[in-house]
Amino acid sequence: MKLQIASHLAIVSVLELAAHPDRQLTVAEIGSKYGVSTHHLAKVMHVLGRAGLVRSVRGAGGGYQFCGNARRTTLLDIIELFEALGPRGLDAGGPGQDTAEAAALEIVLREIDDSVRATLGSITIATMCGLVERSVTERGRAHRTAAIRLHG
Amino acid sequence: MKRTPSRTKKRPRLARPRAASPAGATRPAAKSKPAFVLRPAQRGDVVAVAALDERVTALPKPAHWLELYERQKKVGQPAGIFLVATASDAASRFLGFIVGEIRAWEFGSAPCGWVYALSVDPDSRLLGVGEALLESIAGEFRKAGVSKMRTMVARDNRLPMLFFRGAGMMAGPYVQLEKDLG
Repeated sequence: MKLQIASHLAIVSVLELAAHPDRQLTVAEIGSKYGVSTHHLAKVMHVLGRAGLVRSVRGAGGGYQFCGNARRTTLLDIIELFEALGPRGLDAGGPGQDTAEAAALEIVLREIDDSVRATLGSITIATMCGLVERSVTERGRAHRTAAIRLHG
Repeated sequence: MKRTPSRTKKRPRLARPRAASPAGATRPAAKSKPAFVLRPAQRGDVVAVAALDERVTALPKPAHWLELYERQKKVGQPAGIFLVATASDAASRFLGFIVGEIRAWEFGSAPCGWVYALSVDPDSRLLGVGEALLESIAGEFRKAGVSKMRTMVARDNRLPMLFFRGAGMMAGPYVQLEKDLG
């Protein structure tokens, strides 16, 4: 599956903020890490703010803070702020809508949709932060191994 | 997944911003943390196991739990594991249980530890009982030489799904298939 850019940006921004709950990050800081325009990111942060997941802190050293519940907010919650993940189904008015073949295809597409929603709806921000930490550790180990091979 | 245009209206509010520090906002409400102990189940625990399961699932099945206890006892650890958690106070209140077993070569799978059942008293959740039970059974599986732990959760059963995901469990390489025989 492929996420829309706004959903992708929202997820990485929330992960970035949830990983540093004690400090505020500006859109410029997040934008420079992920190579995206602050303009686009600001729109995403606005939506996240309206959903109560982040809040902006004004003044010197200001920026955004994560203020949601990391153990209860799932990837699906965030994605659905930006795009609809409803039943995919066949396009209305498509060829052979009333045929047995279309009905059979609909069953398969529904199975895929159910699986996608179950996965995204079961992974919380806290779980994702754990996966990020594990990924950092594994990448660090791989880099060290590569460096040893190179210099050893 | 079908790509759809971005929505710009009627965004649901997920969580209320809190005045507390963001670090605190990400944690569940603080509760006093009573100590608890884990130990292998005894026959006398089966009544409490069945009662907790009935409370959680609303499906009484005492014969099933007794049969499972007898089977696990016959198989013996580390192959069959049945642990319970009780409060470490004088009352030793029953808090939860976990049942698992090491199975080999079913469905072509190399030996792995299966978690069949895990339940925690609804009044004692968010205290780490479930995590402790899962870590304990994982330790038993590890000691027995298996490096993989599996379980099965209904897609729409949100609480256990979040729990096992939070414990680092991911979708495995097998897909459960079924067919209506009616």
